[in-house]
Amino acid sequence: MTLLEVENLTVSFNTGDGVVRAVRGVSFAVDPGQTLGVVGESGSGKTVLTQTLLGLTPGATITGKAVFEGTDLLQLSQNQMREVRGARIAVIFQDPLTSLHPLYRVGWQIAEMIRAHEKSVTKKQAADQAVELLGRVGIPHPAQRVNDYPHQFSGGMRQRAMIAMALALSPQMIIADEPTTALDATVQAQILDLLLHLQRESGTALILITHDLGVVADIADNVMVMYAGRAAEKGTKHDIFYQQHHPYTKGLLESIPNSSGAAERLRPIPGMPPSLINLPSGCKFHPRCAYVMDRCVTQEPELQQIRDFSHLSACWLPIGAVGVGSDAERLRAEAVREGRMGAAVTVAETIAASPEVLS
Amino acid sequence: MTDESMAGFMNSAALDGDDVLVRVENLVKYFPVRTAGFVRRTVGNVQAVDGVSLAIPRGKTLGLVGETGSGKSTLARCVAGLLPVTSGKVTFDGHDITNLSRARMQPFRREIQMIFQDPYGSLNPRRRVGAIIGDPFAIHKTVTGAERKRKVQDLMERVGLNPEHYNRFPAEFSGGQRQRIGVARALALQPKLIICDEPVSALDVSIQAQVLNLLADLQRDFGLTYLFIAHDLEVVRHVSDSVTVMYLGRVAEVGPKQAVYGAPRHPYTAALLSAAPAADPDAAASRQRIILTGDIPSPIDPPSGCRFHPRCPKAQELCSQLEPPLEVKAGDAATHRTACHFPVEAGENLAAEAAARR
Repeated sequence: MTLLEVENLTVSFNTGDGVVRAVRGVSFAVDPGQTLGVVGESGSGKTVLTQTLLGLTPGATITGKAVFEGTDLLQLSQNQMREVRGARIAVIFQDPLTSLHPLYRVGWQIAEMIRAHEKSVTKKQAADQAVELLGRVGIPHPAQRVNDYPHQFSGGMRQRAMIAMALALSPQMIIADEPTTALDATVQAQILDLLLHLQRESGTALILITHDLGVVADIADNVMVMYAGRAAEKGTKHDIFYQQHHPYTKGLLESIPNSSGAAERLRPIPGMPPSLINLPSGCKFHPRCAYVMDRCVTQEPELQQIRDFSHLSACWLPIGAVGVGSDAERLRAEAVREGRMGAAVTVAETIAASPEVLS
Repeated sequence: MTDESMAGFMNSAALDGDDVLVRVENLVKYFPVRTAGFVRRTVGNVQAVDGVSLAIPRGKTLGLVGETGSGKSTLARCVAGLLPVTSGKVTFDGHDITNLSRARMQPFRREIQMIFQDPYGSLNPRRRVGAIIGDPFAIHKTVTGAERKRKVQDLMERVGLNPEHYNRFPAEFSGGQRQRIGVARALALQPKLIICDEPVSALDVSIQAQVLNLLADLQRDFGLTYLFIAHDLEVVRHVSDSVTVMYLGRVAEVGPKQAVYGAPRHPYTAALLSAAPAADPDAAASRQRIILTGDIPSPIDPPSGCRFHPRCPKAQELCSQLEPPLEVKAGDAATHRTACHFPVEAGENLAAEAAARR
């Protein structure tokens, strides 16, 4: 039974500069107890996508469907949404300092959240629950710390408090938007460990938005790679890390310095992500892609099945061209040779020909 | 500093002393904590850097790793002469540059440049890019007029910016391009040392790789020496020749990159390495992660003895009483030094020990 099913969601914003097409037809499903990692660079639409699910993008033009436990989230009124948000779908944001009110005690903020959703709970009961929750997320001496203000907590403890708040009403799903980006490595390890532990305990589904492929490799089951408002590739963690098909996924993985190639030169993706107001024609990745073919310039590829039904990629390259081996590289090279008769060129080639186009 | 650690330090200084560009000896930087009001009594000190020594050979990169509050940025600012030091000595290219007056520091400022973390905050939004990159020439009165414009455009081209964008404002550039502007400005006076303080942390991965490649090219072409600060351990491993790990104002471990990453001896280094997420699910699944308890303590009132002892999975009685000297441990290379009473041995399961203590 699927917990959340998003179908062909589009989100755009009208601005003075033009229409920003932040999300352009994204579909995915999350099962109970599962972790979906959503990966992408700044401006890929990953945050807008999840904020739209929670009704946090006022003023946007939204189409598509997002069915959560049988109801379409996009059809809910403000008041109905308020009952879902926090109670059945909880959110953890990136910056725990700005997500907590600086002038209220941490415990009060957690209790307030419980009482807002469950009117029958007394103040005393909610306060007790806040203490218990802080203990559950590993804050030492919760009975004293519950009366602290947010500035008396360290970064890691604030994020723990946010997680405590997210857990307060036993939600079916938690959306975590870059939950560990602002934290140091050893604290990040603590928080990821805690999230995994709590998820196993309560069977909550988790959507984890991050730009850090390392975090995804650690705790996700499935991964969706986004580029310019669309899913470039979707699959299990193993599909994405070892059998990736889309050149953008491959480029992202190759951009990361790793131990195996420590002394080598990095292979960055040339150029920059496109403006969402003025998107390129065809495949939105084609100006930066090393394997660009003529059809990439004119036709935007749809997601197609790669090996098994769970692995999908939106790229014109042949289905067999997955992973990094020499066979895959030969398949890609052949496809590019056949597919490039016309004017398809990459950013890297354009720069090599005339450096002044770098803008 | 104990006699033992002094001996260890002298020893290492002799070893990597062949052509050292920067040497920091026993550097201490305290920020006084004062009471409010008229008298402003000093009631304590933030011990940001407390007795750090390091040496960077010419043309090499020293990676400085540590978490928030470890003192790595303060150390960098002391080396650059941006902060007066409390005690200790900084030697640059054979000259003692510790706490020099403004005028006497001036010639060294040309040779020590800095690249900052935030490409949005480190460029004046109301000045044109050409003027920003040309500032070092104006301040040091080296190049003027049309010659300056030509030099700035050369620099822009060198770092991969379009020289025709000389008259644009920073807001017209993306994050990666702004960082290139910062690099061009740092390069202008042909410095010998560039201090990079988290130069790629604010950038997306694909752009981060572009900037790291640029820094590597510039080092090769101009023989630059880098002091490279980052919290991303994979980035530091990629760029560095040797690595210094700091914890709460002190050096926990120092050594060649291969030694520190391959066989860390300090439990903190081991925990830090095991905590860094790797983009490889199989490795992540098989890895034993060392989860530390608690957060980094306050540098105003640091723990006694070894500063890491309250969080350390191997801590014993001795650790809270006696500060361990930074010394070569049995079986390690002479350049690999660790400040720990009970260093990690090969094949030791620190993750299990940490889990047992939690």
